[in-house]
Amino acid sequence: MMFPQNFWRNMAWLWLTVAVLLVLAIVLDNHRDLWETQPRPQNTYTPLATQISQGQTLLQIGNCMDCHTERGQPMGAGGRAFETPFGRVYSSNITPDLAQGLGTWQADDFWRALHYGKSKDGRLLTPVFPYKHTTLITRQDSDAMFAALKTLAAEKTQKPIPKVSESLDWPYNSGVAIAIWRSLFFSAGTYKPQDTKSNEWNRGAYLAQGLGHCAACHSPRNAWGASGEVNDFSGGLMPLVNWYAPSLVSVQETGLAQQSITEIALLLKSGRNATAIASGPMAEVVKHSTQHWPEADLRAVATYLKEEAQTYTGSPPFNKASILKSSGQFLSLGSKIYEQHCEQCHQAQGQGIANAYPALAQNRAILLSDPTNLVQAVLYGGYPAATAHHPRPFGMPPFILTLEDREIAAVLTHLRSQWGHQASEVTPLQVNRIRALQGR
Amino acid sequence: MHIAKFLLKLGKLAWLISIASVFYGSQAWGQGKSFKDDMAERTRACTACHGEQGRAGPDGYYPRLAGKPAGYLFNQLKNFQEGKRHYNLMTRLVDPLSDAYLQEIAQHFANLNLPYPAPAMQSERVSAQVLKRGKQLALEGDAAKDVPACTACHGAKLTGVQAHVPGLLGLPLDYLNAQLGAWQTHQRKARQPDCMKEVVARLPSDDLVAVATWLSTQYMPSDSSPASKISASLKASWQCGSAPELSKLQP
Repeated sequence: MMFPQNFWRNMAWLWLTVAVLLVLAIVLDNHRDLWETQPRPQNTYTPLATQISQGQTLLQIGNCMDCHTERGQPMGAGGRAFETPFGRVYSSNITPDLAQGLGTWQADDFWRALHYGKSKDGRLLTPVFPYKHTTLITRQDSDAMFAALKTLAAEKTQKPIPKVSESLDWPYNSGVAIAIWRSLFFSAGTYKPQDTKSNEWNRGAYLAQGLGHCAACHSPRNAWGASGEVNDFSGGLMPLVNWYAPSLVSVQETGLAQQSITEIALLLKSGRNATAIASGPMAEVVKHSTQHWPEADLRAVATYLKEEAQTYTGSPPFNKASILKSSGQFLSLGSKIYEQHCEQCHQAQGQGIANAYPALAQNRAILLSDPTNLVQAVLYGGYPAATAHHPRPFGMPPFILTLEDREIAAVLTHLRSQWGHQASEVTPLQVNRIRALQGR
Repeated sequence: MHIAKFLLKLGKLAWLISIASVFYGSQAWGQGKSFKDDMAERTRACTACHGEQGRAGPDGYYPRLAGKPAGYLFNQLKNFQEGKRHYNLMTRLVDPLSDAYLQEIAQHFANLNLPYPAPAMQSERVSAQVLKRGKQLALEGDAAKDVPACTACHGAKLTGVQAHVPGLLGLPLDYLNAQLGAWQTHQRKARQPDCMKEVVARLPSDDLVAVATWLSTQYMPSDSSPASKISASLKASWQCGSAPELSKLQP
């Protein structure tokens, strides 16, 4: 086959042009804050007391301090490590410390961090900071949060916080990698209220999609570590943490569609309701964040999520072939373990004890197709969050030292096949993976 | 005909109801027998490893909780939350709990007054030299290294001091060794100024093993309760962040 004389040269030019345009597009995309008009700050002078207290509530709604505080270190001084499949990221200092924190920041800089995911010095922030969600926060709320942060004591962590360029693995630690990621998965935006919906629904949507960043855990993450859209609540396995954040919209998983607004709000307020207990990372969210939310905001989020669940049309992951087909021997081992270790609290028919130990029969958490949370619960036991509304919870002992992988798999399989349950078998390998990753 | 069918149905229903009520009744009875809404029930997650009523675990590692000063127990629970002590199982259990509830849990175990078993380690199994050195450190300290005796802070009978200093008797050797080792490697910390860290830093590993060994061979005195205060005030150079009352005795 013959090509025209200049074919290869023209092709080279064409590709070069495409490449340059692509780079230009990525650069422009990542620096939209430089050419987009910015909303003006609400109050450029001394913040009002109401603004500060509003900001404090917003910081709690966003659970900001939970991630921006390391164990035993000053509140807000950062340094908490987040393991990701791409390496480690440490949260930053958000106290007014001059060297490490936001001491030199202005309200505009803070807005840019929330809205565009960029630091004051122009550095692109890693998406461990959920700016996909914080971008929806209004300028007014951003200013209030900043005013509240300014009232904190300036603090430092004992050890300096490692930079992203040092703690993330190559090549994800470069600005270029983060820029490409952002062009693929992030665009700054605002929350647009829906006229057909009530104010309450819109408030709930604004909080759940934005500051509350529910989908950061409750949506599946792709191979690039990106969570779903801000209103994708279809459930997701939290990588490395190894907890499954159940779907908030599916009938089979959390079943919010059939629950009352009061019951949904109660779970967030007290850490439990008639049918569910917040455990693992959600217990942490309840303890540090949702128990402190204003009642109206809890009801707003409950209203929004319930309606999302009612109108959800997607089908949950359900594999008919995985329906139980365990051997009789395995099941009888499970039944024996249940009698020995579980029955005293959860009772012979899995009915539990009211106000102390949850019923296991007809409990949605038992039937999740992903058994990760069940394995976590049996290996490590645990308490629900102690909240003002539910201050003295009963707890479950860890079984990591007393039961083997096979025994735990058997008792969980037993639970998933009793009392009319029909969920997939749990294998010793599934138990072993979590035991090996989390350790003692 | 219809009446006969109706009676038959009624009979079946009566049977069902009576079976169901017996079943329900037996369950309710079962609950009443084993479940009590109290702190012992609420701390099942603790006693699974630390033994019934927190009298120490079966495997020689999990320390006794019963009868330790409440302030000490509360400080330890907080230390796990704050990353000053490291044990994943403990940290995960205490993380979701509030300070008020941790205080209540600490008080619950502090209030339990249970007899102690004989020491797990028999003194005949240890060399006389190790025991002699251990006893010397525990009761007299090491003046050359300016290390006070254990009894200076942990009570003349080593049963602890209210409200923050734990007793040192009735603990498994493995546990004592692990704790002193953890202080040596900065894995276990107390609130600043950390006097235990300073004591451990001044002693070589052999001495730490000797004192742990001697402690683990000692019988608990008949009155195992913690002392109300220490007998003599500490030197001004010793300050303990977790037990500030020890230094308040100074003139």
